[in-house]
Amino acid sequence: MNDKPPVVDFATDWDHTDPAWVKDPYPIWDDLRLRCPVAHTDRYGGAWFPVTHAGVSEVAKDTANFTSRSVIIADNRPGDEKLPAPIGVAPPITSDPPFHALARKLILPAFAPGIVNALEPQIRELCNNLLDEVIGDEVVNGSLSYAKNIPPGVIRQMLGFPQEDTEKFVEMVHVITEIIDLPFEEREPLFQPVEDYFVAQIEDHQANPREDLTTFLLDAEIEGQKLAIEHVVGTMVLILVAGIDTTWGAIGASLWHLAQHPDDLERLVNEPELMPYAVEEFLRFYAPVTMARLVNADMEYLGCSMKEYDWVLLGFPAANRDPVVFKDADQFIIDRAENRHVSFGLGIHRCIGSNLARLELRVAIEEFIRRYPRFELARKEDVTWSPGQIRGPRNLPLRILG
Amino acid sequence: MKVIIDAELCQGQGRCFSMVPSLFYFDELGSGVVIGDGTLTPETLNLARLAQANCPEHAIFIEE
Repeated sequence: MNDKPPVVDFATDWDHTDPAWVKDPYPIWDDLRLRCPVAHTDRYGGAWFPVTHAGVSEVAKDTANFTSRSVIIADNRPGDEKLPAPIGVAPPITSDPPFHALARKLILPAFAPGIVNALEPQIRELCNNLLDEVIGDEVVNGSLSYAKNIPPGVIRQMLGFPQEDTEKFVEMVHVITEIIDLPFEEREPLFQPVEDYFVAQIEDHQANPREDLTTFLLDAEIEGQKLAIEHVVGTMVLILVAGIDTTWGAIGASLWHLAQHPDDLERLVNEPELMPYAVEEFLRFYAPVTMARLVNADMEYLGCSMKEYDWVLLGFPAANRDPVVFKDADQFIIDRAENRHVSFGLGIHRCIGSNLARLELRVAIEEFIRRYPRFELARKEDVTWSPGQIRGPRNLPLRILG
Repeated sequence: MKVIIDAELCQGQGRCFSMVPSLFYFDELGSGVVIGDGTLTPETLNLARLAQANCPEHAIFIEE
């Protein structure tokens, strides 16, 4: 990952794993938005990056010209045979219409607000257990000791997997989302243990049925037919991958913000009614997720000559900073009233776990600031950020203030 | 005055019912639903506008 040539101009040679982008992408995007609304790179076999809200919105909603069969940019694009249409490897995120609607409708009820909201007491308990483990510490790692452990704990309970496996989930996520510079043939074997693990969990559920999301998927039917085992495994992988680093990043980035903005922290502590607005502003300002699409066929689009199988990086976090749509877009406004952020995507692929993510983020921040109403960055230079398409602080030492 | 959600445009972003639960609810798939017939009073008009200003899909409409 470090042996790549450094980026000289992000307009013509961008790389979302470049150290400058990983550390602080916002000035890069602001610059690109003024110079070229769609940036290009020859890296990854050719990829485009719309930086405006309008450009991101247009691509996100255009499922005719762009396919979702691969949503994570990798060095070598997998060939047709590696991208099974229309299901894709992780339905429904990798599915295209019309199959997409079937696969999505199937799991939507499991993530609907009524079901998700019932998890609130468990999430609160999980947060408090994590805080209990570091009680009395002068420096608490807001990422490694807290944010990182919340989403896997929640998802593990939903899927009905063994508690001791929680650590494994995070490793699996990294295989899929971070090791993107290896050729596809070298990456593929890394997926095997992930698949083996899920198959073992499925077999355990078949032998010992219990009420959870795994059983829900095994019992689910599309047009009177049980799901293919690849579909079940793919959806489980999706739930793990999409549900862990993303929310981890959102919680961590929110704590990172509060650690450096004592005025916002104080307001949030004293005015809990601001929380719904603050949560949406955290999501807008520090949106963790960037998705990708593949171009279906050669075409002129957004003024660019796109080629079949070019990548398009869907910069939802960049769209959230577009001053055309957001007043004072570069300002974090904790009680922002008008906030059409697109952090959960736009159109038919809206994040299926958005209700859960929002709940986890709210409860995680509520419990953290209830326990620690005052804290700051312990060592600013030690904060590191995750590379790639899911952004969040990986190391976040926070000094607890009395 | 009435508030309506265009079901074709709604993608279940969940902003309306999480921000203004007095006017909006959700169905079993998580799509936004207007509570009752959506008739607005001068007091609830601002709440409807708030939800409208937060819908990323522009799926909420207020009919005069």
